[in-house]
Amino acid sequence: MVENVKGLLKLHEEITHHVYLDNENSGIVPQEVVDTMLPYFNKVAYGNPTLTHKPGWEAFEVMMNSFQKISRYMGAKLLEEITFTPGESEANNLAIMGSCFAQKEKGKKIIISAIEPINVLHVVEMMKNFGFTVTKIPVDQEGFLNMEKLKEAIDNETILVSVATVNNELGTIQNIKEVVQIVKDKNPQILFHTDATDAYGRVPFNVQDLNVDLATVSSYKIQGPRGISALYLHESVSLDRIIEGPIGTQKLWPGIENTPLVVGFTKASELAFENFEMNIAKMRSLRDKLVDGVFSELSDLRFNGPRGEKRSPDNANISFLRVEGEALTIELSLKGVYLSSGSACSRRLLQPSHVLVAIGRRFEEAHGSVLMKTTRYLTEEDIAYVLEVLPNAVNRIRRIVGSTGVE
Amino acid sequence: MSRIPLPYNPKVMDLFRNPKNLGKMEDATIVAVAGNPACGDMITFYLKVDEQTQIIEKAQFESYGCAANIATSSIVTEMINGLTLQATWSNITWQKVTEEIGGLPSVKFHCGVLAVGALKRAIRKYFNDRSCAPVWMPKENTFEEKQALEEEELANTLSTRLKPEEEKSL
Repeated sequence: MVENVKGLLKLHEEITHHVYLDNENSGIVPQEVVDTMLPYFNKVAYGNPTLTHKPGWEAFEVMMNSFQKISRYMGAKLLEEITFTPGESEANNLAIMGSCFAQKEKGKKIIISAIEPINVLHVVEMMKNFGFTVTKIPVDQEGFLNMEKLKEAIDNETILVSVATVNNELGTIQNIKEVVQIVKDKNPQILFHTDATDAYGRVPFNVQDLNVDLATVSSYKIQGPRGISALYLHESVSLDRIIEGPIGTQKLWPGIENTPLVVGFTKASELAFENFEMNIAKMRSLRDKLVDGVFSELSDLRFNGPRGEKRSPDNANISFLRVEGEALTIELSLKGVYLSSGSACSRRLLQPSHVLVAIGRRFEEAHGSVLMKTTRYLTEEDIAYVLEVLPNAVNRIRRIVGSTGVE
Repeated sequence: MSRIPLPYNPKVMDLFRNPKNLGKMEDATIVAVAGNPACGDMITFYLKVDEQTQIIEKAQFESYGCAANIATSSIVTEMINGLTLQATWSNITWQKVTEEIGGLPSVKFHCGVLAVGALKRAIRKYFNDRSCAPVWMPKENTFEEKQALEEEELANTLSTRLKPEEEKSL
């Protein structure tokens, strides 16, 4: 298998232009972020922040500065409301399991949207083993939550509602303020969690303004290092820990704090928020050029998710009909364009993205979907290069398909 | 969705990039399709068969699917070229196809199965159309043919359910 990978990589040796658009699934950490992180491995703050020596106190200072900054960027009141976890999976697991276990005497019902990310979907499914029930609220064809169904679903048993601020696949910006209002009007005791990993740094987001109890943000989604995320927890709410170990600066997540990653996440956040308007204008302009270019070059496409102001500025999700996504991602990789497909092969069936299925896409439309996200680090030349190679790639795959499957 | 790493071997990649015997055949003796776009896996085989000798003179394919699907379909057209229908039936199995292509990731075995299912379906159709049943051809569907049918049935149930605005519990 490793030999095969070497062979695959060899096929890429001639490529001179690389454009990475798979920012949904982690990606390039810019040099300015890496440079900020490096001293923390071996020059400064390399100690454990809870121990009584210089490198420990330095690390403690780093943690406090980072709690401070991330809490400010999230709009939190107190730095104590922030907990760093490794991935966003850990943060979402902590938010959901932790609040379910802490609230289990009050009720057993969890409500989520039908298009929550996998690290919310799978954890709520797992909670069923502990006697909790799950209700999924449907969305419309652009991914907006059905508010009436939400109102109907909330009952006395409901303890937790989790709806992402921005859907990671469709870029749909939910009206979270209204969603929270509906939930809290029914019962202010119900906890509200939002996965804000696709909002943070790309759409205005403020935990106090939205009145959420819990919110997840993640470093790699803003070109920080992977393996570091943060969970906001309102000061009035208490959660159960979901893992045990030595407690340091954060009571909800044991273990030695990973200061270089915390520094990297903080730096990436600074860069994202320092010139927020300019950054999102750039993402949006590149994204629009990409989408417009694809639609002017090719036909038989579906644009997935909303257009305009209710879509996050970085997200482009397009279904290429009569194209199977995996074949297209490989074809494009061989040309230096890296993106991912909405379907993944597991067992015999290609599994379409549950998000695309929830907005009513047919399976064959989902199978030909690709997700691309722009960043402020991409250039006009990058997008021009994608538009040069993508139509050819789609056309080649369509030639192989020929008349197969055409009704 | 969960993702599985798919380190394809050079042979698969070569046939994905440069598929052999690709395209519709206008004067095909027999055409057979297997799979369904909803499964992300569908193959059409076109066979030109000499009616006297029952030798496959030419085989072509079209394929909607992943790199493994394209590569296995392509290699099947090469493997059966010049074989009689009987020899094709008895010699070409999904294991042989997988071996010939230098191995596939286990989640992609079904691509070889579907390719052989489409091929056997084509041969069966050839004899059905001529209202004869050679002794070497079992009346019962083979493993590969059954798998193709199963996949198609699954696809039909998949594409009829799941509409937006339908509340679904996990």
